[in-house]
Amino acid sequence: MSRRPSTRVDTACAVTSRPTAVGREWSSTTRVPTVVLPAARHPATAAHVACSHSATRRGVASTGTLPEPSATAVSAAPTVNVAAPVSPISIVTPGTLTAPAAPRGVLGRLPAVIDQDVVQRVLTRAVRTGADFAEVYAEDKRSTALSFDDGKVEQVTSGRDRGAGIRVVKGDTTGFAHTSDLSEAGLVAAAEAAAAAAAQGDGGTRTIALTRGPERRVSPVEQYPDDVAKADKVALLLRMDDAARGAGAAIVQVSASYADSRKRIMVANTDGVLVSDEQVRTLARVTAVADGDSGMQTGYQSNGLAKGFELFRELDVDEMGREAARIALTKLKARPAPSGAMPVVIKQGSGGVLFHEACGHGLEADIIAKGGSVYRGKIGELVASPLVTLVDDGTMAGEWGAIGYDDEGHPSQYNVLIENGVLTDYMWDYLRARNEGHARSGNGRRQSYQHLPMVRMTNTYVLNGSEEPDDIVRATESGVYVAKLGGGSVNTATGDFVFGMTEAYLIENGQITEQLREGNLIGNGPAVLRDIDLLGNDFAMGSPGTCGKDGQGVPVGDGQPTLRVKSLTIGGTAS
Amino acid sequence: MSAASAVSAASGSEQLLEIADRVVAQAKSGEAVEAFVSRDWETDVRVYEGEVEHFVSAESAGIGIRVIRDGRTGFAYAGTLDPAAIAEVLAEARDNVEFGTPDEWAGLAEPDGVAVVEQELWSDALATFPTARKIELAKELEQLTLAADARVRAEESNYADGAVEMAVATTTGIRRHGRENGCYLSVGTLADDGDETQTGFGFTVGRSPAQFDPGKAARDAADRATRLLGATKPASKRVTVVLDPFVTAMFLEVIASTLNGEAVAKGRSLFKDRLGDQVANPLVTLVDDPTNPLAYTATDLDGEGLAARRNALLEGGVLRRFVHNSYSARRLGAASTGNAVRGGFKGTPGVGCMALQLQPGSRDQAALVADVADGVLIQEAQGLHSGVNPISGDFSVGAAGLTITNGTLGAPIREFTIASTLQRMLLDVVEVGNDVDWLPMSAAGVSLVIADVTMSGA
Repeated sequence: MSRRPSTRVDTACAVTSRPTAVGREWSSTTRVPTVVLPAARHPATAAHVACSHSATRRGVASTGTLPEPSATAVSAAPTVNVAAPVSPISIVTPGTLTAPAAPRGVLGRLPAVIDQDVVQRVLTRAVRTGADFAEVYAEDKRSTALSFDDGKVEQVTSGRDRGAGIRVVKGDTTGFAHTSDLSEAGLVAAAEAAAAAAAQGDGGTRTIALTRGPERRVSPVEQYPDDVAKADKVALLLRMDDAARGAGAAIVQVSASYADSRKRIMVANTDGVLVSDEQVRTLARVTAVADGDSGMQTGYQSNGLAKGFELFRELDVDEMGREAARIALTKLKARPAPSGAMPVVIKQGSGGVLFHEACGHGLEADIIAKGGSVYRGKIGELVASPLVTLVDDGTMAGEWGAIGYDDEGHPSQYNVLIENGVLTDYMWDYLRARNEGHARSGNGRRQSYQHLPMVRMTNTYVLNGSEEPDDIVRATESGVYVAKLGGGSVNTATGDFVFGMTEAYLIENGQITEQLREGNLIGNGPAVLRDIDLLGNDFAMGSPGTCGKDGQGVPVGDGQPTLRVKSLTIGGTAS
Repeated sequence: MSAASAVSAASGSEQLLEIADRVVAQAKSGEAVEAFVSRDWETDVRVYEGEVEHFVSAESAGIGIRVIRDGRTGFAYAGTLDPAAIAEVLAEARDNVEFGTPDEWAGLAEPDGVAVVEQELWSDALATFPTARKIELAKELEQLTLAADARVRAEESNYADGAVEMAVATTTGIRRHGRENGCYLSVGTLADDGDETQTGFGFTVGRSPAQFDPGKAARDAADRATRLLGATKPASKRVTVVLDPFVTAMFLEVIASTLNGEAVAKGRSLFKDRLGDQVANPLVTLVDDPTNPLAYTATDLDGEGLAARRNALLEGGVLRRFVHNSYSARRLGAASTGNAVRGGFKGTPGVGCMALQLQPGSRDQAALVADVADGVLIQEAQGLHSGVNPISGDFSVGAAGLTITNGTLGAPIREFTIASTLQRMLLDVVEVGNDVDWLPMSAAGVSLVIADVTMSGA
């Protein structure tokens, strides 16, 4: 059970999923389906297949079973069993399970996950058989998740995940083992397993001197969720439910959830790196179902930041409830979406997923290295409209994908990927940077200590253009205005991608008119990047996401100003 | 490590049951307690260009404890079986109870007298399979794939296996334990033709490596990557679609979510008031049967420790039954159908189908295609998670496949969507094929013809 992603079969299966009940899961790349081993006594796990295919069904909030609950902080499993529609939350909690009573809020004073001298001995052991490189990644995560559905607080969940993953690299082979036993004996056993897996070698002794890296507090936390009474968290859910139900008699069901997580990581390697980071994330979301003559419709809102409970000083959860209800109610009168290619205007902060899928995954150096991306060999070339400057930024304070250090101990960075339409660089992790003699970019991330790191995005966004957003709509004779996107997925080798629109309207004679029912849009990444012909000046970040790749989910952010794509195919049923 | 140690610990799941029993024994008066304990092993080998790219070997274990008192539910888990941690998990689950809303239907499963259908879920041959052979198998699959077609590159070739032992015990008298293992080989491919690149994959699964068919995995991977080379974007129109078995299985998994008892109980199923109604073409008979040993997801127990069993959901197009766990059943005045599913110790049981199968027809895919005047054979679908809403029924997915003209397969097409509603698609079923494919999914695949679907392209 609980077969982890490393037991699935997939290839560059990149899935991005939004931590949400309705429609905010993304998935990208669907090359090889995720086959979960039969060794899952419970079909919940046995059933996942294919990253995008099976992904989460939307709208069925639930009590459920998180197929890969350990996953990310507050997130949906990228591959979620269809059969068990679920609340994608997983985590987090106010400290409870054996938390060492530590002073909070000051990273440097948190107890180390593992003592430095122990780490040093373990690393020495890991390379004793002649490996090139060894790394210890230790993690201690607490999480809390509250689910509210059908008028009731259904469940409060507390979780604790603690362990270490040890990676040993020899030549082109990586050996990896993980353990939840953080004693020196447990770590040494894992180190030897990883070393044996990496190869049998000549032997030798290396002295490893660890130098503790500086603290990096990219996202300062004012109020640790651990310090907040559970009753206060419950109160948020009640408010969202009240607000949504108060919005109209046609609202027949509401589910809401809250999740927080606090993860401390420590990374040390034979290059002498020793760093720690603390990542706190807090999230709330709500889904409303409206029932009318045309059947049921859903509306959804989600907000989360790499912050503590102070998130709710700025975030109006009542407004979230009302907004979810409004979307569901207005959709009752929505008409079928059109079918065919037409101009599409995407509202600020709702379309970052477009870039995440249309080019983000294709700019990951591991995919590039295997020739699995349409952007291979295109550095220095014009790959997008000159209006587009695309950045991946792990340092963006408080944003969902912000990190102090990546999961290989490299400081997070601000990386320009596309500048005025010209491809400037890919994203890198340790292995790919080592192999290519390139600098690392702070994009080596992993879901948990049970996973190998790989190249992943952080916060990916497009910088402002100069148009007034209203002018962009006015300049569009007829087309579609997308106010909210759901999930998506991409095949990085072909560039073909889809993403779902969960709130969209017709544009007629330069005016936003009737609301449309849901559907997917389909396009080709390189073509769509070139077809961006108007870019607004109203940049905004979007709602929190979980990006899935090769079965692993990590928290990511995205953002963009209002923009227009000259031609995208809308997959509706109306001609 | 790996599965081998599971063999020496043949009584491992009994030990887990003892841990669960000890937790349950600590229940206080008025408390219902469930302890779910599991331990698993995995091996994961990836080969690229003849070399091992990575080798992962790991074991992990954990416990999840559910406490219900006065109709309130609390849950906590930890990824360790350390006794001190277990005590804290129980304390935390109890604390969490305080914040739940009383729910008259809350409760644990109770023994229902349904006999467990014994299944062969454990292979000693796999548990003792040598590591060196695992690496060789992945290398061999890569070679077979490259040999299948000169245009094909292998992006990765994988061998993986896993084993799990589990136990669940409750204050209501459930005490079950067991173990299970399995393995697979898979390969991801790229095919190049000029500037164009397409992708594919192939896999083969088994309870032991003896059941592998690497040749088929290699052929599938090469075929999937090459068959779309030269594909173009079609014009928009209404068509009849023939779904490949793999795509049908994905479609059935979506349909399953509308038959979920929990969704029904909470008013989120589009079929909530339709029991006994004709909701699909009479050709549609859909059964969920995890006791069928042919099913990849065959199993003996559900996530609450009840016997897994056969349930007919649609018969002759008539909606006969929703699937339930003990909670959704209690709410709707029904009995659990043995469909509690859980993702391991970190979650509580949800509801889900386990091994769906559409009753097959009598003709193969070629015969189905021959009857289609103007249509598309859908070989790939993308974005079922983002373009299908099982509450409203709106269905819109990205697709790729081959055109069908006057019963003949033609040119490959891609970058288009197919759209309809789930309600209409069930009624618009034209025929079910006889080519059942027991895929590693919660539904078996079979070719399926559906009329009047909107194709959106250029």
